[in-house]
Amino acid sequence: MQELSLNVLDIVQNSIKAGASLVGITLDRSRRDQTMSIEISDDGCGMDEAQVAHVMDPFYTTRTTRKVGLGVPFFKMTAEMTGGSFSIRSQPGKGTTVRAFYHTDHIDMLPVGDMTATITTLISVNPDLEFVYTSRVDGREFVLDTREIKAVLEGVPIHSNEVLLFIKDFISEHQQAIDQPE
Amino acid sequence: MKSLEELKAIRDKVKHSVNVREEDGDAIRVVVGMATCGIAAGARPVLNAFTEEVAKRELQNVSITQTGCIGICQYEPVVEIFTPDGQKTTYVKMTAEKVARVVADHIVNGNVVTEYTIGANTK
Repeated sequence: MQELSLNVLDIVQNSIKAGASLVGITLDRSRRDQTMSIEISDDGCGMDEAQVAHVMDPFYTTRTTRKVGLGVPFFKMTAEMTGGSFSIRSQPGKGTTVRAFYHTDHIDMLPVGDMTATITTLISVNPDLEFVYTSRVDGREFVLDTREIKAVLEGVPIHSNEVLLFIKDFISEHQQAIDQPE
Repeated sequence: MKSLEELKAIRDKVKHSVNVREEDGDAIRVVVGMATCGIAAGARPVLNAFTEEVAKRELQNVSITQTGCIGICQYEPVVEIFTPDGQKTTYVKMTAEKVARVVADHIVNGNVVTEYTIGANTK
């Protein structure tokens, strides 16, 4: 993966496969501390302790089409490469939270990349799921909640092109605003 | 800055311009592989290219969805197109550039772009 936003897109596929109806994606950056965290939480089927231990292993997968599962190990690697950390909290029947923590001043820090594309892609192909995307920079934040958007839409599909373009602009404009130095 | 207030105007415009898309029997389904292998190989720009191209041409009978890994990781990004006649076409090593031609030739005009299919790419 060339950028972290692709890892996020990949990790959310696990939430989708776990039958989640609500997926939270939170990016929290501190420029002062030069740290960042990415958290993906879902209300999917969850995992027991043994499974959690397994998913970090590249040679573990629930699928039958191939013998490896690289999504979680790749994501974990991106954080640990920067001297950061990685954790998974999960409860069967409740859901899973995956969290990666980065030292952004480390030479091996990957670019975050196009989070806007990741979020709009997820919404466009999963119109029935709810996504809550929160982006925070030095304590200032914005939230995109598909439940709020759908409440406004009154039945107009969230994956119609005009709406997706709106979401795209909404995310990039708000991101630019919180990226401004105070 | 964009606000939810602005979304109301968009909603009303969409409501009036197109009759809300309904699942009909003769829909064409575009399925993009979005597992780790697909994403790492560039599935995201391919999927977005399909969304844009379909919107640009105002095609109403096309749905774009995703799937996991179908087991041919070395050929990712893989795109499967299901047409109403029951045919499935598997395109491999897709790029955003190839998408325009697949939409024009295959989805609009019904001619499979043979050179991009898995049959033309296996040794």
